[in-house]
Amino acid sequence: MKPPGRNGAPGDIAAITEARLTFGPRSRALDTGAALRFSLDHARAREAVMAGLDTERITGLLAEAGLDHRSVTSAAATRDTYVRRPDLGRTLPEEEAARLAGSRPVDVAIVLGDGLSGIAANLSAPAFVTALAARLSASGLSHGPVVIAAQARVALGDPLAMALGARTVVVALGERPGLSAADSLGVYITQAPRIGTPDSARNCLSNIREGGMDVETAADRAMALIRTMRQIGQSGVALSQHIAGAGLPER
Amino acid sequence: MGYSIDLEGTRFSFPSLKTLLAKASPERSGDQLAGLAADGPVERLAAQLRLADLPLSELAQDVLEVDSDDVTALILEGWDRAAFAPVSHLTVGGFRDWLLAPETDADALAALAPGLTPEMAAAVSKIMRAQDLIAVARKVRVTTRFRSTIGLPGRISTRNQPNHPTDDSRGIAISALDGLLMGAGDAVIGVNPATDTLEDYIRICEVLEAIRTQLDIPTQHCCLGHVTTAISAIEARAPVDLVFQSVAGSSKANDGFGVTLSMLDEAHEAIHGLGRAPAGANLVYFETGQGAALSADAHHGMDQQTMEARAYAVARRYDPLLVNTVVGFIGPEYLADGKQIIRAGLEDHFCGKLLGLPMGVDICYTNHSFADQEDMDLLLTALAAAGVSFVITVPGADDIMLNYQSLSFHDAQFIRETLGHPPAPEFEAWMEARGIGTPDAALPSLEAALGALRLPAA
Repeated sequence: MKPPGRNGAPGDIAAITEARLTFGPRSRALDTGAALRFSLDHARAREAVMAGLDTERITGLLAEAGLDHRSVTSAAATRDTYVRRPDLGRTLPEEEAARLAGSRPVDVAIVLGDGLSGIAANLSAPAFVTALAARLSASGLSHGPVVIAAQARVALGDPLAMALGARTVVVALGERPGLSAADSLGVYITQAPRIGTPDSARNCLSNIREGGMDVETAADRAMALIRTMRQIGQSGVALSQHIAGAGLPER
Repeated sequence: MGYSIDLEGTRFSFPSLKTLLAKASPERSGDQLAGLAADGPVERLAAQLRLADLPLSELAQDVLEVDSDDVTALILEGWDRAAFAPVSHLTVGGFRDWLLAPETDADALAALAPGLTPEMAAAVSKIMRAQDLIAVARKVRVTTRFRSTIGLPGRISTRNQPNHPTDDSRGIAISALDGLLMGAGDAVIGVNPATDTLEDYIRICEVLEAIRTQLDIPTQHCCLGHVTTAISAIEARAPVDLVFQSVAGSSKANDGFGVTLSMLDEAHEAIHGLGRAPAGANLVYFETGQGAALSADAHHGMDQQTMEARAYAVARRYDPLLVNTVVGFIGPEYLADGKQIIRAGLEDHFCGKLLGLPMGVDICYTNHSFADQEDMDLLLTALAAAGVSFVITVPGADDIMLNYQSLSFHDAQFIRETLGHPPAPEFEAWMEARGIGTPDAALPSLEAALGALRLPAA
């Protein structure tokens, strides 16, 4: 007998779908338990969206790992603005760019952002960037300081990479929470980033969380993507096509 | 040509008709994101006052001001001046009063529909309150049919949306059965595929066809894949009931969906040629939503609600069975919160109905919007009062494939019982004959439910 699922389904059905099916009598409304379970899942998702970066914890973990960091905030000053104005979340204010510029160019810029789930960023991003930084160093690639980016969308990585003089940028940030998981980290990797890079020119790893992809696996896959995109000079759809053409496994 | 108005010594100027429409739009984040919104409530009211004085006929021109836009051409070619005649002398404000007048009945509104352009419908909606949008939409009758009849007065239909993250045949089937046991699916049983391969498209159609035929349900099904995939499936003689496409209000925005009017023409012809439906049946299904054009950078400086109404001009060319706006799906950068989603849902439903479409609404939101299920309850109640043709329902309000929240099968039960709106008559009879909708109708075990159902091999 398989165990029942999160959706309260008998094991055989839970193995097929996570849909919130109705079992037992069909009354007019969802029963109290199901209604409150739904509300709790939504509350978790909302909390994740509105959560900020736990900078103290993140910088502590990075310091333990021997990683230097810089902190920036996008042009979206508040969480409310960030949610409504994705354009501002992609924009790096000039004074922030100026603070980053001036040091020696690096191969790969590493960005740790809040994205749409600060909780995901707080839980999984420090471990991911630590694992990735170790792999980059082992491969002889320089990465510079980890940029901790508040109110950040994926494309904020483009001006950050340009300010750091990096040809590759890795942005690890919280994904939009679903009802079943509010703590998924997404990783977006872009070769030759510039302002206006289309999303089709990025490669993505998603669902990095406890119960999803673990950070070590994600770091391995990210590293494999970085190596290939630096060889061919392109990322995104072009990279996927290159990999498909070479007959290599997709990941 | 510019438009201006003086309010207590202050002059408000609007350089073009589309600027005037944008500034007159009730507040929403998408217009602010696009930099088109009024600077504040007073400028918005100034624009609304100026718009109210505009002759309605002035909106029958190229308001978008983009050369060789297919949707503009469709609007201008399709404008029926004879049908427009009864309101040709009115201003936008006068048109609002005309719409609300008790003498303006269902027949008058049906006769007027081909005489209205999307810009006229959008313009008048901008100076109408929620109760106006409800009151007028309720008077409009748009009835469509295939195996069930949708849009009869006093009834609300539902789409049963059994999506699954990997398009698993049994996963789709069990969700569809769950909804059928709650009486959901008289408008359509429609799956958004996670993939868009022809093989999966055909398999999903076959799964839904097995459910429909084996349970003898008077409804239709649809795999909401791309229209080109549907055309290929029809060529392969797959059991396709309806062709589906997402559409928007400009050529460039439709390019973003990978669709052109000639593709839609071809699909329309193919589905009618398949011969599965009685003559006169409506066989096309469209989805739309405010913000689609802006997200593709294809709005050309036009506000998102007027762009949305222009999508309805595309839809009405094909006499669709179903059209719905997916109102809160696109996210808070376009519709920020419950108030904006509710307003947009009422506007879209009103404009669609006024233009003669069988308008439904996917009453929905995402987790990063400032909205929750209670906002959906209010929009559902308002739309039921407005006579919405159908709403979308999923198990427990949680779409596990598209990761957003819509209505649950239970929510449809709420509106049926509380406001007394039965489903389509054919489906209602099917439910009664099988005791569905009574507390005794329980989901059988997986073996009983899926074992008795002969699904095609995965």
